[in-house]
Amino acid sequence: MSLWTFFVSHREEILEATAAHLFLVIISMALAILIGVPLGMVLVKRKSLRAFALGFASVLQTIPSLALFGFLIPLPFLGGIGTRTAVIALVLYALLPILRNTVVGLTNLDPAVLEAAEAMGMTESQILLRVRFPLGLSVILAGVRTATVITIGVATIAAAIGAGGLGTFIFRGVAMVSDVVILAGAIPAALLALAADAALGLLERRLRVV
Amino acid sequence: MNAKPETRADVTIEFRSVEYHVPGTLSHPILSQITLKILRGETVVLLGRSGSGKTTLLRLINGVLSPSRGDVYVNGRAVAEQDPISLRRGIGYVIQEAGLFPHYTVAENVGLVPGLEGWDTKRISARVEEMMRLVGLDPREYAERKPRELSGGQRQRVGVARALAADQPILLMDEPFGALDPVTRTELQREFAALARRLEKTIVFVTHDLREALRLGSRIVLLAAGQVVADAGPEAFLRVDHPEVRAFAVSFEVGSEARA
Repeated sequence: MSLWTFFVSHREEILEATAAHLFLVIISMALAILIGVPLGMVLVKRKSLRAFALGFASVLQTIPSLALFGFLIPLPFLGGIGTRTAVIALVLYALLPILRNTVVGLTNLDPAVLEAAEAMGMTESQILLRVRFPLGLSVILAGVRTATVITIGVATIAAAIGAGGLGTFIFRGVAMVSDVVILAGAIPAALLALAADAALGLLERRLRVV
Repeated sequence: MNAKPETRADVTIEFRSVEYHVPGTLSHPILSQITLKILRGETVVLLGRSGSGKTTLLRLINGVLSPSRGDVYVNGRAVAEQDPISLRRGIGYVIQEAGLFPHYTVAENVGLVPGLEGWDTKRISARVEEMMRLVGLDPREYAERKPRELSGGQRQRVGVARALAADQPILLMDEPFGALDPVTRTELQREFAALARRLEKTIVFVTHDLREALRLGSRIVLLAAGQVVADAGPEAFLRVDHPEVRAFAVSFEVGSEARA
C-alpha cells in the first residue's frame, strides 16, 4: 500500500490523532508557561534559588522521555495511564527551556538601563513589569518556541501510555513493521513542529526591541 | 557662590566619616574617611581617576549603596532612614550612555518619573515638551522616536531631559558626556553649564576630565584611592599643593598642547 493511499483512506483517523496531539501539546505548553514564566520572575532576585531551580529543571530534561513516562505510571494522583500522566511528563520537559530563557531574558539586560531604572526610583515590581519583562520578552518567547518543538516530538511517545495522538500510528507501525504506518504519524508530527517553529519565530522577531 | 554664612538648611548633602567597602569582603575600602558638605545650589564635580571611588560616592547619595561606616545625609535626614523609592524620586540621575529605555519613545522616557509620581497625562506631555526644548530637541521631530534612532549626543540630551522632568532639586550625573566625541561633548558641556546656572539645582557631577571639571564645577572635589585629597573652587583648584592635583594638571597641559 502506498503512503498516499494510506493517508487518503485513513484521513479521518489521522486528523483525529493530529487534533489529539495538538490538544496534548497546547495543554502542556499552557501549563509549562504558567509555571515557568512566573517562576523565572521570582528567581530574578534570588540568585541561590535560581541555580537550584535551573539545575533541577536540567535534571528533569536528562531523563529519557520514555523512562519519564514509565516512572510516572505507578505514582498515585499524578500517574496512571492516559492523558493526565502524559501532560505532566510533557510539562516537566517543557519547563527547562521556558524557565531558563525567562531567567536569561529578565536578567541579561543592559546594566545602564537597570541602573537608571533603580536610580529613578522605580520599585522592584515596576522594574520587573515595565523594564525587564518587555525587554526580555523575545528571549522568553524563544524558550517557548524551543519547548513547543520539543513537546510536539516528545508527545508522540505519550501514545505508549495510552494518551493517544500521532504516536499511535508510530507505535502501531513499529509493531506492524510498516514504514507507511510509521510515516502516517511521523509526517504530520514533523509538519506540526515546523509550523509551530515558523509561527513562533515570526512572533519572536516582531517582539524584539533592539 | 553666595557669601552668606552656611546654615543647616543650606546643606543638601552631607557625608560624615563615611567608609565603604564591598559587603562581605575584607578588601581595601573603596572609600574611607569621607567627610563632605554639599550646599544647596552648588555644582560639585567629583574628579578622579578610574577606581578612585567617585561613582561609589555618587551611589551612596541615592541609597543604591549603603555606607559600611558613617552616615550620608540628604536634606538633613540620614539616607539609611529614608524610603529609598521616595528619596530617589527626588533626585534626578544621568549616566554615561544615558541608560534610556530602548522600548520607550523619547517622550515616554522623558515623562517616566512624572508618570511614576502620578502626574496626569496632560501635565506630563506639557512637561515633556518643555524639557525637550530645554535640552535643544524639537519635540515635533524627536518625541516619537526610539532611542536607537538618535545619535549619541541626542540620547544624552534625552537623558538630561529625563533627569530634569520631575523638577527634582538634586541632580546626580555620572560621566554623562563621557562616551561622546570631543566636539559634541564640548557643545553639551557649554549648554549644560548655562542650564545649571539657570536651574539653581544642587548638582553632583562625576568625571575624570579636568577640563570638564573646570568648565562645569562651582567646586571641585578630587578623589584619590578613596579619599578626598583636594576641595576647591575652579580658580583655586590648580594651585592646590597635592601630587594628584599636579598629576591632573600635567595631563591637562599635555592634552592642551596636543590639541593646539
